[in-house]
Amino acid sequence: MKKMTFVELKLFLRDPTAVFFGLFFPTALLLLNGLLPFSKEASEDLGGLRGIDIVTPIMVGMAIALVAITVLPVHVAQYRERGVLRRMAVTPFRPFLLLVAQVAVQLCAILVSVGLVILVGWLAFDVSPPKSPLAFVLSLVLGVASLFSVGFLVAARVSTAKSAQGIGSLVFFPMLFFAGVFFPVEFMPEIVQRIGDFTPLGAVVQAMRDSWTGASLEPLNIAVMIGMALIATPAALRLFRWE
Amino acid sequence: MIEVKNLHKQYPNHVAVHDVSFSVAEGEIFGIIGPNGAGKTTTVECVEGLRVPDGGTVSVLGLDPRRDAKEVRQSLGVQLQESSLPDNLKVWEALDLYCSFYRKPANPDRLLEDWGLTEKRNSPFGKLSGGQKQRLFIALALVGNPRIAILDELTTGLDPQARRDTWDLIEGIRDSGVTVVLVTHFMEEAERLCDRVAVIAKGRVVALDTPAGLIAQVESTQRLRFRGEVDERILKDLPEVSEVHRTGDQVVVSGTGELLQVVSLVLARHRIGVRDLRLERASLDDVFTHLTEGRTS
Repeated sequence: MKKMTFVELKLFLRDPTAVFFGLFFPTALLLLNGLLPFSKEASEDLGGLRGIDIVTPIMVGMAIALVAITVLPVHVAQYRERGVLRRMAVTPFRPFLLLVAQVAVQLCAILVSVGLVILVGWLAFDVSPPKSPLAFVLSLVLGVASLFSVGFLVAARVSTAKSAQGIGSLVFFPMLFFAGVFFPVEFMPEIVQRIGDFTPLGAVVQAMRDSWTGASLEPLNIAVMIGMALIATPAALRLFRWE
Repeated sequence: MIEVKNLHKQYPNHVAVHDVSFSVAEGEIFGIIGPNGAGKTTTVECVEGLRVPDGGTVSVLGLDPRRDAKEVRQSLGVQLQESSLPDNLKVWEALDLYCSFYRKPANPDRLLEDWGLTEKRNSPFGKLSGGQKQRLFIALALVGNPRIAILDELTTGLDPQARRDTWDLIEGIRDSGVTVVLVTHFMEEAERLCDRVAVIAKGRVVALDTPAGLIAQVESTQRLRFRGEVDERILKDLPEVSEVHRTGDQVVVSGTGELLQVVSLVLARHRIGVRDLRLERASLDDVFTHLTEGRTS
């Protein structure tokens, strides 16, 4: 199992797309945002916060979603498409553990990516780390659980890496929109905000923002994250095909 | 080693395997041949435990491939028809990884050498040629020191030279004491390698014998071909000869029984010298066509 995880890690690092999106893309977006002048001015509309103060926790949500919705389904579909899972099924090793190894590597990627976002936000733009570390850790754990379950649901049936990419994007981009990644939710109509509250990424982003300001987490956000994981995980398990 | 009895497997839209029975003895190379879609792969997938049979029984080394999957997988090496590895995985990494799955793994360096992959050990899988990939798959099938190796369509996509090289290596596997099950649609391959062959058509075993035995079944007619000046009548009078056909100095004699001996004797008695005398025997190809004619789905 150790060897399997190590091999998966090497394969992840050899995949430039996975490395870029999985490790560096959120930080790159953060840096781009930081270059815009208004990101550094305190705004009434944002409750006295600067744009960059909002963007940093959003990028943490983005880091999780990128790996869970775009990297994971493509990798699983690729393994299914190429018969890697099937080949493993005739050895004493269980293909299930291959997925576990993959998730472990992707979790590490998320930790690095999130760490980079926090570090760069802090050093480059003076965004202090989350005021409430406990809320941050809870949001991270629940965010990973809910978004990975969605990722596995996307990956459950797709037979090719291409279609995994397509379906992943179809889920990913609307999710970004409703979660306020393109424009902070404050600038969006009420109805979009409401919908956003009920998407897993919307809940993750809100919870992250709260953990940064030190506000207590919204029960609705927690419920949506847990609910999503509880619905999508069994569904993914039921639908999952090894070949 | 392997015992398959009345195997039946149905898919939603069609029956893949109607009724297949055979047994594989220790140390033999057992061939499963048949046209595409005949149920060969489904049959071996049931043996490998990848599929659950709808009827009949399968036992591998006295064990049930589903219930005792763990044990069976330890001693079964498999090369699947449609499987591959991640493109970025290097050759040595693949072997090293697969070694870690088994209780008593083979020596990976030895396998690399045996299969001519030593120079390619640091190449990523995606950069290998078709023949190299195939050799790597065979090496991976042997990585656990299996007692049985199942090789499905192992030379498909290889050029003739690579195919012949692979055959030699397969004989090497058998010589090292591994029982081999070979699924193929190349008759030449089965004829060359297999001790016994099961011919499967439309989900049933239509014949099971040694390649020579199978050929004998259809070998009612033989053809003798030579060049020379011969009076056809002296040959036509022979009871074994059914037909004599000549074009220029090329003579073709069709017949049954000990055709070669009888004809040569007559030619010698009449002091007729001939050139390029050869007996054309039926090949497994003929058997295959004969047995599966009209049965291809």
